[in-house]
Amino acid sequence: MGTDKVLVKMQGICKEFPGVKALVNVDFELRYGEIHAVCGENGAGKSTLIKVLTGVEQHDEGQIHLEGNLIQPQSPMHAQELGISTVYQEVNLCPNLSVAENIFIGREPIKNGKIDWKSVNEKSQQALARLNLKLDVTGRLDEYSVAIQQMVAIARALDISAKIIILDEPTSSLDKNEVENLFRVMRKLKAEGIGIIFITHFLEQVYGITDRITILRNGVLVGQFDTDKLDRLQLISKMIGKDLVEFEKTIKANVNDPTCSDDNEAFYMGKQVGRHGMINPFDMTINKGEVVGLAGLLGSGRTETARIIFGIDKADSGEVFIHRNKVTVNSPADTIRNGMGFCPENRKTEGIIANLTVRENIVLGLQGKIGMGRYLSMQKQVELAERYIKLLNIATPGTEQLVGNLSGGNQQKVMLARWLATNPELLILDEPTRGIDVGAKAEVQKLILQLASDGKAVLFISSELDELIRCCCRMAVYRDKKKIGELAGDDINEMKIMQTIAEEAV
Amino acid sequence: MGLKIPKAKKLLEKQLFWPIAALSVLLLFNFFFIKNFFALEIIDGHLFGSLIDILNRAAPLTFMSIGMTLVIATGGIDISVGSVLAISGAIVSLMIGGDMVFVNGQQQYVTHYPMAVALLVAVVVSVVCGIWNGLLVAKLGIQAMVATLILLVAGRGIAQLITDGNVITVYYKPFFYIGSGFLLGLPFSIFLVAGFLVMIMWLVKKTAFGLFVESIGSNLLASRFTGLKVQKMVWACYAISGLCAGIAGIIVASEVKSADSNSAGMFIELDAILSVVLGGNSMAGGRFSVIGSVIGSLVVQTLTTTIYAIGVPSQITMVVKALVVVAIYLIQSQAAKSKTKTAQVAQVTETMKAKGAQA
Repeated sequence: MGTDKVLVKMQGICKEFPGVKALVNVDFELRYGEIHAVCGENGAGKSTLIKVLTGVEQHDEGQIHLEGNLIQPQSPMHAQELGISTVYQEVNLCPNLSVAENIFIGREPIKNGKIDWKSVNEKSQQALARLNLKLDVTGRLDEYSVAIQQMVAIARALDISAKIIILDEPTSSLDKNEVENLFRVMRKLKAEGIGIIFITHFLEQVYGITDRITILRNGVLVGQFDTDKLDRLQLISKMIGKDLVEFEKTIKANVNDPTCSDDNEAFYMGKQVGRHGMINPFDMTINKGEVVGLAGLLGSGRTETARIIFGIDKADSGEVFIHRNKVTVNSPADTIRNGMGFCPENRKTEGIIANLTVRENIVLGLQGKIGMGRYLSMQKQVELAERYIKLLNIATPGTEQLVGNLSGGNQQKVMLARWLATNPELLILDEPTRGIDVGAKAEVQKLILQLASDGKAVLFISSELDELIRCCCRMAVYRDKKKIGELAGDDINEMKIMQTIAEEAV
Repeated sequence: MGLKIPKAKKLLEKQLFWPIAALSVLLLFNFFFIKNFFALEIIDGHLFGSLIDILNRAAPLTFMSIGMTLVIATGGIDISVGSVLAISGAIVSLMIGGDMVFVNGQQQYVTHYPMAVALLVAVVVSVVCGIWNGLLVAKLGIQAMVATLILLVAGRGIAQLITDGNVITVYYKPFFYIGSGFLLGLPFSIFLVAGFLVMIMWLVKKTAFGLFVESIGSNLLASRFTGLKVQKMVWACYAISGLCAGIAGIIVASEVKSADSNSAGMFIELDAILSVVLGGNSMAGGRFSVIGSVIGSLVVQTLTTTIYAIGVPSQITMVVKALVVVAIYLIQSQAAKSKTKTAQVAQVTETMKAKGAQA
């Protein structure tokens, strides 16, 4: 627990965008040496609150006091000078510069009219040492993992003498060890009296490290709670504002149904498919009407498997059979023709086309499948888009809205719509529920089970085990770029999966 | 969105508004400062006047800006079009050539090769040039600027090789029709442009070509993952750009009745890119408007004509042109800026709405 001394106090913050009240009279308080979670569904006002604090947006009403002094951050730069630094989910450093350059960019020490590289490197070493990290600071930043890059970002923030560090979804692309490392650093900073605002979708992490929780919903403050006095169910129900029992019901309603009969016909069969340096050869059978899960830690080969099956990366060994016929797979166009679809994990860079409209994004998959010549009439396109907007409950003002303007969960639904429109037989979903809110998560899971009961095959990748366990009837387990086992039926439980992953590691 | 946007504001957000506005302002300027600018007269059944002249002279540039639009929409650029123009002009001039012979005491011109063959070869070679660019960019993944720089430099050399470094003069009357003939009282080149534009608009609007190009230009990786044949599409765009440059080369050669590999199409690639930009298209690729670029090319040509017509000393024409272009561009981008602001507001409204739907 930190001290009780208040580091920053936001009072009665209101922020209005034309037509919408984004924040209504929100209070927030952060103490010295405290890790404070800000929770809420997508669009609850978390980001707006952070933006006000970091000077990206200016609040309309209310006051911010930092160490008792009234402040009004004008820009992120100004906020940094005041001692408020942010580390984003997608690290905003320069990947092609060295670690040291990144830490000192824009404030390099000058000696004799030249940059004093020696001191840059030395000081960078010191800054990293503060986080118990020892790196070659002259190495390019992109040679290091995302986890290390985040550490560099934190080191930079600390070196600009930050009093408050805001971590915005820092853990969504980290594996367990890396998260543990990050937590260690956070605890160390906490001990030094720095206030940390931690934003995450992972409830476990909220309970793993934070002292207090502020919950927002629809731009309104729900409350500020001590973490150890608020149990998970209460937290979730406060976030989504529905009675939890009801929510549990929507998820539970699906729990018992994964159809797992053995006499299902195989849709996809891969024998010893692999690619050197990427994934070891694996066998994989996916039956119609079946949800097959891929479990494993980050970087264990799950995504690689999906990419090989879908034809994004070409396999250099093995044979593929679809409906028992041997096929050659050279590109996604081949597998799409054979009835596959793929929602990649990096929704922004590999999935949606942000500058196109909802309609165009939905139509694109089908149009690509039937070719350039048979262009769907505008009327058909609109019909198609409207059908899926309704079916998947996509929150958009209309078919002509740019997809980039939708929230994460709705973008994901547009991706799903794009593939559903092609009427696929196998849908590969790589982390379809990452970074989307609880309500949308339940809807996606429901859809997966619905697809399977309609006789489609689904390959489902997720880092959240409970979600996999809930949906899958078979599960392939991965470790170190290798498929190490398959689980089915009663063996699919958290314990067994962990054991399988750990088993041979010794 | 529930907000009511006034009609005038909606108009400002249309991509075509600013190119048309720029063109109108230029024409208005000419109306006041150049005598008889809008005067049209009929001589020998042919329509003459400054406006017709601008349309006629803009033809090669318009062709190239159409091809350039597609290339830029994919996120690339083609700076080799000026050299391809020179190659095409050289080929067609050399193959037609023209000798004066006397048949039964009558003076007649004959071609080295039939004109149709010459035109076909010039067009095919130009498309091959485009395919070469496409090979480098789409297949080998070389940066578009660098890849087409190769042909920018080499192409002019090839053109000079074809003409042996000489200016080839053409003596064959039917060939001149393309660049300076009249059909139904209007310059023939206008019909060429119109016909080609109709074809391209069909391709862009009536097939999924336009959607695919916009998708690829916006997000190449996602487009590939969606099963679009990205390489082929990009390749096709460069081939079309080559085709456009080739036709432009034929028009230019026909108009000046000769091929000068040294100077034909010099710097025209810059005017073509300028046309695309003034047409309200983004250099980053994605959304595009071919019509916008066509208007852009008319703006460029009107500007050039205006500068000559008001008698700007020849030494400083380039500077004056540059200044006007900067002014036009700044006004447009100011407009674009306020547009993104509206988009941001829309985004926020959107998130709020989504949230409201969930609650």
